[in-house]
Amino acid sequence: MYPHLPALLVLIPLIAAPVCILLRNSRLLYLLSILVSWSTLFIALTIFLNVINNGVITYEFGGWSIPYGIEYRIDILSGFILILVALIASITITFSLNITLKELGEDRLFLFYSLINLLIAGLLGIVITGDLFNVFVFLEISSLASYSLVALGSNNKALISAFRYLILGTLGATFILIGIGLLYSATGTLNMSDIAVRIDDQLENRVILSAFAFLMVGICLKAALFPLHTWLPGAYAYAPSIVTALLAGTATKVSAYLMLRLVIVFGPTFLYSNFPITQIIIYSSLLGILAGSALALAQTDAKKILAYSSVAHIGYVLLGIGLGGTLGLTGSLVHIFGHSLAKCAAFLAIAAAVMMIGSSELSHLKGLGKKMPWTMSAFVLSALSLIGIPLTAGFLGKWYLINAALNNGWWWIALSLVLAGALSVVYLWKIIEHLYFQTPEQEIEKVTDIPVVMLIPLWFLAGASIYFGIETSFNVGFSTEAARLILGIMN
Amino acid sequence: MNSFLGLFNYWVFIILMVSGLYIVISRENLIKKVIGLNIFQSSVFLFFISIGKIEGGAVPIINHGSEVPIDIIYSNPLPHVLILTAIVVGVSTTALALSLIVRIYNQYKVIEDDEILEIEKLQ
Repeated sequence: MYPHLPALLVLIPLIAAPVCILLRNSRLLYLLSILVSWSTLFIALTIFLNVINNGVITYEFGGWSIPYGIEYRIDILSGFILILVALIASITITFSLNITLKELGEDRLFLFYSLINLLIAGLLGIVITGDLFNVFVFLEISSLASYSLVALGSNNKALISAFRYLILGTLGATFILIGIGLLYSATGTLNMSDIAVRIDDQLENRVILSAFAFLMVGICLKAALFPLHTWLPGAYAYAPSIVTALLAGTATKVSAYLMLRLVIVFGPTFLYSNFPITQIIIYSSLLGILAGSALALAQTDAKKILAYSSVAHIGYVLLGIGLGGTLGLTGSLVHIFGHSLAKCAAFLAIAAAVMMIGSSELSHLKGLGKKMPWTMSAFVLSALSLIGIPLTAGFLGKWYLINAALNNGWWWIALSLVLAGALSVVYLWKIIEHLYFQTPEQEIEKVTDIPVVMLIPLWFLAGASIYFGIETSFNVGFSTEAARLILGIMN
Repeated sequence: MNSFLGLFNYWVFIILMVSGLYIVISRENLIKKVIGLNIFQSSVFLFFISIGKIEGGAVPIINHGSEVPIDIIYSNPLPHVLILTAIVVGVSTTALALSLIVRIYNQYKVIEDDEILEIEKLQ
């Protein structure tokens, strides 16, 4: 394998961003972004194959040796998330041209693609780096890009939603910075593996405990754990439709990955025995799952329903981290994978509806199922995966979580998960009923289905939601290995 | 070192951090929120830089050409480098926030969060 591939993974989209500023031709911007995102997917797959065969890959940036320089470190956990982020980015960008032209106009397209490339570079950088301050830098790159992308939305409320997202997101990132500073003052190093070694004998130190607390609060804010989720519905509903699909599949999941990386750095015994953080995470996640599902019932806009559903689903992921053990962590990772695919597909289908009729309000979606059969059947498939019907990828995560809860005797958690599943049937059925079983209120005679070049990525995601529910060796297999890696269980 | 004056930098950090956080939460004016965010971020910068000073530490610059004694204690230059990056991030965030406020003003004609909430409810 070409030795500089880890650096290229982040550098290719990072360099493409200023190049996109110079271009004004929409075709050229689209082709460049497709080239960039599919090449990052290809590089991520190559690196992951190498990790499977040869073990952990470390890359010293600039040739500086490890505790002094920045290290890019890819193990099973980061490789898995890298493939997910690159896949969601590639599919979303392939889908993006027609809708974005309609929502933003051709004169602002270069801003959109430049910011998307920055966002992808930032997200990939968070996952691949092994240096704690580097995490903060890439976190801010991706966050600033996402605030600007949300502000590009065509809705009236896009600007104020972007502003609220900015305030809360910056608070979260600054909390993470405080945590990094406290850790640095206690250990003297920023390299995550080095920190893991050096804090082993000072885990009772109050500096380490406060560092952990600050880092956790910052990450929970970025991951939209209840009650720190308030930025999410506004940002997802009023952003450009492609931005919503991309953020829904990646941004909160990368923050959940960051929490898993913290579990590795601080050591699983610290998280699951010394510190009562797991109870806080479990109760907040449960509240998030139930409140997110309940709030989704009250919404009248399809994007807002899916946004509150995202709050509920990130509750599932963090519940798995709180439950711990191989089952809980495997459930988290499998659900990260399954939910990203399904939610991105659902948002892309709604984006197609927005492209055709200009709005995602439920009353405007009436009767679209017959006019856009291919798109909306993909939406139904992704809804099945979100509900957690067996044989879909969304079911696997919930299965592992219920198992983990029952293993510890916490039957009320398993009951809440089943209840939330029932609630998700109700709010997703609301959308499907409007699509298929209601007569159209407005003139939709001229509505046709989206072109084939947009159907293929959408059906790829919807089909993947079903495929990975049946053929589970990729997602469940590597999630189990990553969970064992986090818990320190050697094979 | 455990006296009040010995821990002075930590007191400054805590007081500024909490003040900044309070301003962000309690003030409805969008510009005041951005100012609160800036105070919050500045407190973190002060904290980071203050932990770089080592007691009895010399300025971390090596004179090339002359013999460098081995047993000099230097103050740590790394936190300064990290904070340069964080300051740039803070400036970019403030610039983005202020440009968003300009566009919000053009749209809503007010920049108080509660009044904007009222307008949103009516829409």
